[in-house]
Amino acid sequence: MSEGLSPLDRPNSYIGRAVPRPNLARLLQGRGLYVSDMTLPRMVHVAFVRSPYAHARIAGIDAGAARTAPGVVAVVTGAELAEVCTPWVGVLTHMKGLKSAPQHAIAVDRACWVGEAVAAVVATTRAEAEDAAALVEVSYEELPVVADMEAALAPDAPAIHPDLGDNLAFERKLDAGDVEAAFASADAVAQAEFVFGRHTGVTLEARAMLADWNPGEQRLTVYQGTQAPHMMQNIIAKHLGLEETQVRVVCKDVGGSFGVKVHVYADEMATAALARMLRRPVKYVADRVESFLTDIHARDHRCKGRIAVNRQGDILAFEIDDLTAIGPYSMYPRTSAIEANQVVNLVGGPYKTPNYRARARVAFTNRNVMCQYRAVGHPIACSVTEGLVDLAAREIGMDPVEIRRRNLLPDDSYPAQSASGMKFEALSHHAALDKLVAMMNYPALRAEQTDLRAKGIYRGVGLASFIEVTNPSAAFYGVGGARISSQDGASVRLDAQGAVVCHASVTEQGQGTEAILAQVVASAVGATLDKVRIILGDTDHTPYGGGTWASRAAGIGGEAAWRAGVALRENILKVAGVMLQADPSALDITEGQVIDATGQARVGLDEIARVVYFRPDTLPADFQAELIATRHYAPKAYPFAFTNGVQASWLEVDIKTGFIRLLGHWVVEDCGRILNPQLVDEQIRGGVVQGLGAALFEKCEYDARAQMLNANMADYLVPMASETPDIQIGHIETPTADSMLGAKGAGEAGTAGAAAAVVNAVNDALSPFGVRLAEIPLTPELVLKALGVVL
Amino acid sequence: MKSAAFDYVRPGTLEQALQILSERAEGARVLAGGQSLAPALNLRLAAPELLVDIGGLAQFRYIEEGADALRIGALTRHVDVERSEIVARRCPLLSRAIAHVAHPAIRNRGTLGGSLALADPAAELPACMLALDAVIHVAGPGGERRIAARDFFQGVFETALRPGEVLTGVEIGGLGPDRTYGFAELSRRRGDFAIVGLALAARRSSTALSDVRLAFFGVADRPVLARAAASALGAGDMSAARAALATDLKPVSDAQASSAMRLHLAGVLLERAFNETLEASA
Repeated sequence: MSEGLSPLDRPNSYIGRAVPRPNLARLLQGRGLYVSDMTLPRMVHVAFVRSPYAHARIAGIDAGAARTAPGVVAVVTGAELAEVCTPWVGVLTHMKGLKSAPQHAIAVDRACWVGEAVAAVVATTRAEAEDAAALVEVSYEELPVVADMEAALAPDAPAIHPDLGDNLAFERKLDAGDVEAAFASADAVAQAEFVFGRHTGVTLEARAMLADWNPGEQRLTVYQGTQAPHMMQNIIAKHLGLEETQVRVVCKDVGGSFGVKVHVYADEMATAALARMLRRPVKYVADRVESFLTDIHARDHRCKGRIAVNRQGDILAFEIDDLTAIGPYSMYPRTSAIEANQVVNLVGGPYKTPNYRARARVAFTNRNVMCQYRAVGHPIACSVTEGLVDLAAREIGMDPVEIRRRNLLPDDSYPAQSASGMKFEALSHHAALDKLVAMMNYPALRAEQTDLRAKGIYRGVGLASFIEVTNPSAAFYGVGGARISSQDGASVRLDAQGAVVCHASVTEQGQGTEAILAQVVASAVGATLDKVRIILGDTDHTPYGGGTWASRAAGIGGEAAWRAGVALRENILKVAGVMLQADPSALDITEGQVIDATGQARVGLDEIARVVYFRPDTLPADFQAELIATRHYAPKAYPFAFTNGVQASWLEVDIKTGFIRLLGHWVVEDCGRILNPQLVDEQIRGGVVQGLGAALFEKCEYDARAQMLNANMADYLVPMASETPDIQIGHIETPTADSMLGAKGAGEAGTAGAAAAVVNAVNDALSPFGVRLAEIPLTPELVLKALGVVL
Repeated sequence: MKSAAFDYVRPGTLEQALQILSERAEGARVLAGGQSLAPALNLRLAAPELLVDIGGLAQFRYIEEGADALRIGALTRHVDVERSEIVARRCPLLSRAIAHVAHPAIRNRGTLGGSLALADPAAELPACMLALDAVIHVAGPGGERRIAARDFFQGVFETALRPGEVLTGVEIGGLGPDRTYGFAELSRRRGDFAIVGLALAARRSSTALSDVRLAFFGVADRPVLARAAASALGAGDMSAARAALATDLKPVSDAQASSAMRLHLAGVLLERAFNETLEASA
């Protein structure tokens, strides 16, 4: 290698290029293999009888008619299943004070939300199982329902779990700097109550599991669409009373996850337990109604916020009081306190002020369970922070760009730390903002806004700076006692014809992990991309690791693959050195050929493999080739590799109808080294679209009895192509020095800031009317009410 | 979720279909394009014993024009209406409205007759038939019947169809060069059912509109003619027309919008649909 180049600047490197995804043709031709595609001999299907009540005692279950219905193999109650599957409690030791109650795979005495499974019906087809499920007679005695978060914490509220004393699952307080003094000295104080609807991930492929107990091997093979195969191996083993070596989790193709598929679901645990109980393969594929009733929901926060600012535009302090409600149980094993905790961690994060006070409370309710979904806590923290910054700017008559320039952490101030103690290695808020302002032509939009206002057309610009947690270390879960690995591994092998096979512990959910790993491995080894094969998602075969979540697959899994690839290259060059009687350090590999210092091709990888595997007798007796290398990687220098960015929305509000039309959206993001620009851009675009859904459309509607009212794709509104504006993306690249690749995560940045930008733009559009909206989804009705058009 | 078990038959003639329906009237459902029925089956919201698939009755897939009339067969797919030169020329209200019916994949299979027979109160086509004063043709054990659109839609998913009857087509009369139309609807997303929608049909003289028919949808249990507003509009008084909506309409409240909001939006749509008739004549 020539001097002066970084290790990544190798000849014919695939790093930083958009390359064809290795799994694309297969998926586009319908040749993917999702759990719902799989059939095993003697396989049966399970359908669950689910509670129609939000809170009810199960007085009795009469399964007589169901047991004799056509095709039925078994009807199993919670008490029966509890004999083979122990309950769990979703707490972590580092979330101090977090409490929850034991949750069973199937409710035993009590159903605590609409949709909780109360019995399982197993039959030879899913249709027969559903037919029989309708015949199961469950006697319920309704219990008092805790329908929403305010009611949950009222002094006279019934405790959902009497043993816990009350419905407060978790509370965290933080007080940094001198908040009192800052507010006392402020020239202006602005405040608002920000309201965030409950929404959910809506994966294209529903949750699915096929569990196969082999009595001969005493082993359970679980085919599951999951983000974290090794975590599931641990959990399934633990609660079915097995050793981890008795559980194999296989994750084939997955149709989107967004955080939905990284949790332990009661019905999936029940499926695994049923397979063991019935000694045959049991398949469960959630239908869309079950997805809405039981896939984790997220957000659902009410957050009061205050900001202090002086006349010059310096932000002096932030203060928030956040309340959220998580359903009747804290999810296992990641817990449902993480989102509120992240809100506390992230509010004010992009800004200089050291004065910050926060409280977050997490309440139990009788709604569906909540947990981590794409950009955990970020959209709330960003909407509150950026909403307050805009309010402060309005109070003192300052342009939204100007107040951010004045207060964002300077690009030359790193390493730095936020008021909440978040450690930043290197961020680029100002470079990102400058680039965004140029990309969107901010002055031109302002001029257009002014012109159109004169014609009664109301358009607005909204900005949102943000930080994003990526590449988490063990600080996220491991330190709290969860067996969720923060390190990942990759094993790279040269095959007999010179092809390269990589087994890695991170997983593909449709986001392009296979492509990222293929280009990293090809570049590190010096192979061509078409010679690299990636194998993921099998606890029997891949190295041990955490999987795909918290924007870590590329930054952590990619780094492990890079290091393994570099190690394999060195091993190959040792063989080449022996074969060519040359110094290995004077050799390199490019496009599958070992080259010398002059760039002359000397021997191909296929020839090296041939000699090593079939003619080892021609190599010196004291030399043993190793054409496989395994490396692992865990972030060490920082708890999280924070990224940053800024988004902008340009939209029009129809003041007669309250409808909002999105006209443009811009993102400038810094995820460190970009391994594949196309995949990064599409991660950001997809994330933005989910953020736009939160901003304008998506909400799980519940009534006063905690019945979900819109558990279907017709009434739960996800944004579609027609609702989505063009999304322009720009990049700043500040690689992390914690890894050789320097890649940080990019999976959640789009979701983090999109809603904040939209709400700020709506308020900007409606500023002539003095309107200040702070609730999402921002429905036409909310807009018209704010305008006083309807009551 | 999987559909409950059902029997399926695909008759080759209308007579066979009617025969089967007369024998199995109670437990049978007619399947046309299946774009509403199939989801209902799979959600187990409907569990008929028998599906009578009339998709093979090709004679009911047509668009024909007469001197002052347009006739469309029940099995004409939305996409046929959307792409029809005859419809665009003779009754552009339908061309305008059809683009708001769901999404292309659904329009490829959904049928006019299916939409009318389902009678979703927030759907576009029933309101268009009401605005156009169309006549709906049905065939049944007692022979053929012709039912005015204003009598056909009787409630949420309720029509004048009797057990054993099949909707065969519609006839839209009174077409001519003096006809003018407006169409407007508000839905949260493109292709969704409307929060409020309006199909406007009228005749235009040199000075004013006459024969104004305003069919609002998404406001009640069926499409509703706003008669007082229509007559005010015929008199050229938009503000009186808007005010009259408060007597014509008693909109429903639901998760999408309150009654007051629907009434407000109905007024906005009235202005917009009316302005469209002006632009068309300009």
